[in-house]
Amino acid sequence: MFKRLGDIGATLTLKVDGKPIRARIGDTVAAAMLAAGIDHCRTTPVTGAPRAPYCLMGVCFDCLVTIDGVGSRQGCLVSVREGMEIETQTGKREAGR
Amino acid sequence: MARTADVVVIGGGIHGCSTALHLALRGLRPILIEKDYAGRHASGVNAGGVRQLARDIAEIPLSISSMDLWEHIQELVGDDCGFESHGTVLVAENDEELASFRARVDDLRLKGFTHEELIGRDELKRLVPAVSDHCPGGVVSRRDGAADPFRSTQAFRKRAIEKGAEVLEGVTVTGLSRVGDVWRVETSDGPIDAPKVVNAAGAWADRIAAMLGEPVPLTVVAPMLMVTSRVAPFIQPVVILRGRKLSFKQLGNGTVVIGGGHLATPYRDRNETVIDWEKLSLSARTVWELFPVMRQATIVRAWAGIEAYMPDGIPVVGPSSTSEGVYHQFGFSTHGFQLGPGTGAMMAELVATGATNVPIDGLGITRFQSR
Amino acid sequence: MTQASDLASSYELVVIGGGPAGLAAASLAARAGVQTVLFDENPGVGGQIYRGITANPVKNRSILGEDYWAGAALAAEVKASGALVVNGATVWSLDQTKLVGVSIAGKARLIQAGRVIIATGSLERPFPVPGWTLPGVMTAGAAQTALKAQGLVPSGRTVLAGCGPLLWLLAAQMLRAGAKIEAILDTSSRINWLRALLFLPDFMLSPYWSKGLKLLREVKAKVPVIRIESVEAAGKSKLEEVVYVTGGEERRVRADLLLLHHGVVPNVNLANAAGVAHRWNERQLCFEPILDADFGSSVPGIAVAGDGAGIAGGTAAAERGRIAAIAAVRALKPGGSVADPQTVRQSLQREEMGRFFLDWLYRPADSFRRPEGDTIVCRCEEVTAQQVRDMAAMGCEGPNQMKAFLRCGMGPCQGRLCGLTVTELIAAERHMTPSDVGYYRLRPPVKPIMLSELASLPIAEAERKAVER
Repeated sequence: MFKRLGDIGATLTLKVDGKPIRARIGDTVAAAMLAAGIDHCRTTPVTGAPRAPYCLMGVCFDCLVTIDGVGSRQGCLVSVREGMEIETQTGKREAGR
Repeated sequence: MARTADVVVIGGGIHGCSTALHLALRGLRPILIEKDYAGRHASGVNAGGVRQLARDIAEIPLSISSMDLWEHIQELVGDDCGFESHGTVLVAENDEELASFRARVDDLRLKGFTHEELIGRDELKRLVPAVSDHCPGGVVSRRDGAADPFRSTQAFRKRAIEKGAEVLEGVTVTGLSRVGDVWRVETSDGPIDAPKVVNAAGAWADRIAAMLGEPVPLTVVAPMLMVTSRVAPFIQPVVILRGRKLSFKQLGNGTVVIGGGHLATPYRDRNETVIDWEKLSLSARTVWELFPVMRQATIVRAWAGIEAYMPDGIPVVGPSSTSEGVYHQFGFSTHGFQLGPGTGAMMAELVATGATNVPIDGLGITRFQSR
Repeated sequence: MTQASDLASSYELVVIGGGPAGLAAASLAARAGVQTVLFDENPGVGGQIYRGITANPVKNRSILGEDYWAGAALAAEVKASGALVVNGATVWSLDQTKLVGVSIAGKARLIQAGRVIIATGSLERPFPVPGWTLPGVMTAGAAQTALKAQGLVPSGRTVLAGCGPLLWLLAAQMLRAGAKIEAILDTSSRINWLRALLFLPDFMLSPYWSKGLKLLREVKAKVPVIRIESVEAAGKSKLEEVVYVTGGEERRVRADLLLLHHGVVPNVNLANAAGVAHRWNERQLCFEPILDADFGSSVPGIAVAGDGAGIAGGTAAAERGRIAAIAAVRALKPGGSVADPQTVRQSLQREEMGRFFLDWLYRPADSFRRPEGDTIVCRCEEVTAQQVRDMAAMGCEGPNQMKAFLRCGMGPCQGRLCGLTVTELIAAERHMTPSDVGYYRLRPPVKPIMLSELASLPIAEAERKAVER
């Protein structure tokens, strides 16, 4: 859906659902996932419909992912870090996540 | 030319709406006057606890008769109101608390009430698996549960109208006086005359009482609640604490409602409240200590209702002490929701026949008047 | 990086939002000697219009255009002013006592403000069409953010739909960056032209006139522009096709990305939750705060500046921020000297000239603001247009009752993407004006906070003892 404009510059690696992806230092989690061609980042708690980031400015809450074990984080507001573990969020968050 | 009614009910919370319905079921023609919309305040925004547990003795008969109605709520109002029963559990955090709970349960049994049951560590863990291991036991009231407060209040309103009640919303009572042998209720939409009046005006009921020459020491309080985003189901009963303020329940849709009675600042004339975050933080810490699985839950919304609190924490239910034909039904002190169906039924009986089978001793307005 | 524990327990002026209004306000106040803190939730300042201005990965300046780079001056100014700028700070509560709840890196603080300037800007108007919740459908603003802040450009088949100046600006920027656009589906209505013509003379005097014409020519030279009556996103679990109706005929185009845009509207959430009174703006079809000449709101000591005060663009936002800051400085330091707002007001007036033309020209048609059937209105709770219409027809008179019945507005976005639609649908079904219908009554936190964040609030021991039973 999206590609990098020009040279990616300094990169780091993070995992999404266990699979490693390369991201630019300065990417948000949502941007890194979009650039890596990941289709959806969560399924809704009401019907299980797939969702991907919609607004990229922190108001739609469709970019919710679990980051390093903490659920319902807005991926568009969090900058990537080396070794970060992202999990797509399925339906209702589990208690304790 | 004043409108007329058999009874004017002031206030469209669950108590006003329940009374209006039950009056209509008895063939009377009530007019209910509500200054905002039915369920706008405490009745529509509370934690939804349908609870018999931990009540003052004076409220217990009303609570039991109310619970009978909750269990048949679909028949009564044509809506299940989201009522689900998985019991309420009062959790003891240490042995001293458990001992005091034991004393209370014994005392209730002596008085003939068996709805509260003492439980030990094993039964507590069975009922509430997610509760922290440090809790030695508690009390359970198994018939208890929770319902949707706004939906319930609206259901009573709707059924009342179907049965012949008139409900006027966005109308405020501005005066109350005796004219001949009726009560003239002045409102922002013109006067209404009726031989009987029920004051179910919640946090504004003291003003109605003052119009009758019956001042009451009512305090306006704004208990706070928080709700989380949806969480996979992990708890069924409603949980409450004694030593620290907490009520905790997971709704059918997965969201968790956290209450307990910490207070915000109310501005009752503007229908506004200002949340006290430091106190909510204490609720958050309590949840943290009691339910480790909730530590990363997200709070999606916090709010506070505007409610009436009486100095002894129990409501004012019964005839006016100064005004024949006027009855009071207010001051439920943050725990009136469960009492709504039954108190409305009792009040309709009292208004229609002059007497009631449900004991309401100890709830009269005269207890605030010096002898 | 400022941590939550680094913050003082009070500041004379708290500015919320680091876009042009917030930056200009904080700079002016700090230079006048007021103890000022600016909170912004993003990793760097700039808001939306100047997003990524401090760390932009786009090397070629001409892609984004010179108006964008003007933001760099504002960012530099605030850095030099002495204001404390805190990034990654999410303000989740503001009340009428001017107590500010803010979180940084998962730790919450309550900060007492002497005065507050809310500068949280605007967001995209909801554009509910069938399939708009599918992966592959985003806002034009999102694509612009991806470009400005992340150096990302659409790679597959891209379709733009909607109307408004930002749509054309985005198209130009994307084309300059080497992206291909299959089509621009133009939803602007011919009827609007007549109304807008009244204001054309004013608009021709504004700098946007010539810029706008240039932009339109640049884009139309490379992309087919098709006037449409309706649009839909189709696909099983992600966007596969865009279906639209033009001249009464249905057409389909394969697409990987659909970018929607129907202008921007004020982001009212924080102000609303703080008790600020709002009113309906019939020209711009949105709610905006009721403000005095200094952008002071109905809550004493709380001002709203920038697009959050009413849509007027980035340069106007900075001027409004300055006017609000001048008023704050006068209130906090009555003896001191601060600029006369007159020159700023004149500047602001020039900026605002010509807006009426754009507002009327690009007013979205009723059918787009008042959807029907299975089209999702509340994305968070998946409530459809039909459900809202049915409930309204059954007697549900306002958005707050609607919220209690259907749960629309109860999700984490707190109505940012459904509020206006719900108000308009109730208005349509009940033959009322949106002004009479009103808007959701919002409550804090305006963004979800974790239980652990709330539990981490520092509390005095005395406070704790006072509330135990």
